[in-house]
Amino acid sequence: MPIPSASPEYTGEDDLMLKEGQIRITSGCAVSGIISKSGKRMSGEDIIKSIAVMHDRSNGLGGGFAAYGIYPQYSDYYAFHVFYDSPSAKKECEDFIERHFDIINLSKIPTRKIKEVTDEPLIWRYFVTPLPTKLAASQLDEREFTAKCVFRVNTSITGAYVFSSGKNMGVFKAVGFPEDVGRFYRLEEYYGWCFTAHGRYPTNTPGWWGGAHPFALLDYSVVHNGEISSYDANRRTIEMFGYKCTLRTDTEVITYIIDYLHRKQGLTFDEIAAVIAAPFWKTIEGMPQKSRETHEYLRIMFAEQLITGPFSILVGFDGGLMALNDRLKLRSMVVGEKDDMVYIASEEAAIRIIEPQLEKIWAPKGGQPVIIRVEGGNQQ
Amino acid sequence: MVISAAQLGFRELNEKIKSTSEDACINDCYGQRFIACGASDKTITINGTPGNALGAYLDGALVQVNGNAQDAVGDTMNGGKIVIHGNVGDALGYSMRGGEIYVKGDAGYRTGIHMKQYKEIKPVIVIGGSVGSFLGEYLAGGIIIVLGLGAEDIPMGHFTGTGMHGGRIYIRTNAEVDSLLAENLLVTQVIAEEATPEELTEIESYISEFAALFGMGEAKLANDRFLLLRPNTNNPYKQLYTKI
Repeated sequence: MPIPSASPEYTGEDDLMLKEGQIRITSGCAVSGIISKSGKRMSGEDIIKSIAVMHDRSNGLGGGFAAYGIYPQYSDYYAFHVFYDSPSAKKECEDFIERHFDIINLSKIPTRKIKEVTDEPLIWRYFVTPLPTKLAASQLDEREFTAKCVFRVNTSITGAYVFSSGKNMGVFKAVGFPEDVGRFYRLEEYYGWCFTAHGRYPTNTPGWWGGAHPFALLDYSVVHNGEISSYDANRRTIEMFGYKCTLRTDTEVITYIIDYLHRKQGLTFDEIAAVIAAPFWKTIEGMPQKSRETHEYLRIMFAEQLITGPFSILVGFDGGLMALNDRLKLRSMVVGEKDDMVYIASEEAAIRIIEPQLEKIWAPKGGQPVIIRVEGGNQQ
Repeated sequence: MVISAAQLGFRELNEKIKSTSEDACINDCYGQRFIACGASDKTITINGTPGNALGAYLDGALVQVNGNAQDAVGDTMNGGKIVIHGNVGDALGYSMRGGEIYVKGDAGYRTGIHMKQYKEIKPVIVIGGSVGSFLGEYLAGGIIIVLGLGAEDIPMGHFTGTGMHGGRIYIRTNAEVDSLLAENLLVTQVIAEEATPEELTEIESYISEFAALFGMGEAKLANDRFLLLRPNTNNPYKQLYTKI
């Protein structure tokens, strides 16, 4: 695919045909999230307005959104959002999906032709449920079966990439500025109880549709501002547990770590924060006995999942949203509250633009998770 | 000149401010960066939330914000004054080398990081409320004053003065130095002692200015206890990040 000329670092002519995962480029980002604690559904319009305020934090090489609660009519089915480079990749992928899932509904994801977003792949959506026979034969639980199938497509079918695979949620992402990506996907037509957004300034990779944020697996989605320095240690570890890092971007690894710790290890989100942004040993020494023991246990058991270097992330999941900064707080993040709404963004202005009259606005400390639950959602 | 920033990008907004010698009042400000960058000779008032690096390289102008400000206010500021009637984000006064910054509320992480002074040119930051961790990180010169007004707890975060090798930090608190060290709020490269009345004369005028700006009686701070933090030249900084 042609590399957008907007990338100032991009000079290597030989690299022109290389994609995300095949090249590393060294070079910030913006994140925003909105969630209704009562589960009230709202349109995607406000999240676009919010992320647009932070336009200057990204460079047009990636924008995206995760939206929760948008498919109530299909809430029992996994919603696969898939990019295809070619009709043949689509055919091969659909054959695979059909062999493993019952497809309840399929369609192109509606988009709007705008000049700011070009060179789009084929973008399709499938509502699916695992075939009972296949699922039984696999001896896996439904979510693991589905995750494995997603990895299978993404690693073995050239030109097909499943970029969203949760229930009653969806990721929408592209190369472009986030506000343009929002208009491209007609995000204002979706109604959900939580939205996250990302404006990308790729630091290590060229910027491809699949590499835009959010990264998602099942209902977990991550948007990230920062650049983690533990990438390769984290990648080596997570690959031992069957995850395949295909894109060489740090956010992909963070997503798999969250999935591993929450879905497979059964950690709570507070515990996950204590693993990936662990307090310093010096700080743990000074804690009361019980929390000291917990933190020591988590640091020892999950040492390889410690994420170092700058990050501020928003993790969407079935039932809520977690915001977390690295423990040294090398990136900015503010939280605003009004009635049942919580707003989180890299910059306060991005919150004020959609809610000028906040009851409270504050900056979480480094390593201090902010976890917002939706009433009636999954409380795990 | 009154400017509505609602539909303006940061370049256009800053060009408008620079195009006139008049004072500027900016309304509907949402996140435009670099406002008042390098300004030397006027008063710029902002209603709203200015973007990052407000007053970067400021060189004599007065900047006032009715609201909160974001990150890196007064980045490499050379002279002038910034007054925030609210809170500020991280890295306030980043590499500041002259002028004064007054914040009514709280400041984020790394306030005054790498501030420096030269001969009589001495930057000053006064925070009314509390500050986040790494206050005065790599501080090379200048004065930082934390008043802790309205703070429920000790008005500072962890690792205050890490890498500090010049300058002075005054913190209004009754906390004991030993407990601050034990809780990692202070680091051993810093000498922390109760400020003497003579030492406090150095900051009197700045506290008076703070009181005048934000309409607060200065008398009530006069007899309070301040800790004075200075670099410990016998125990210089060694690699915080690799040790912990």
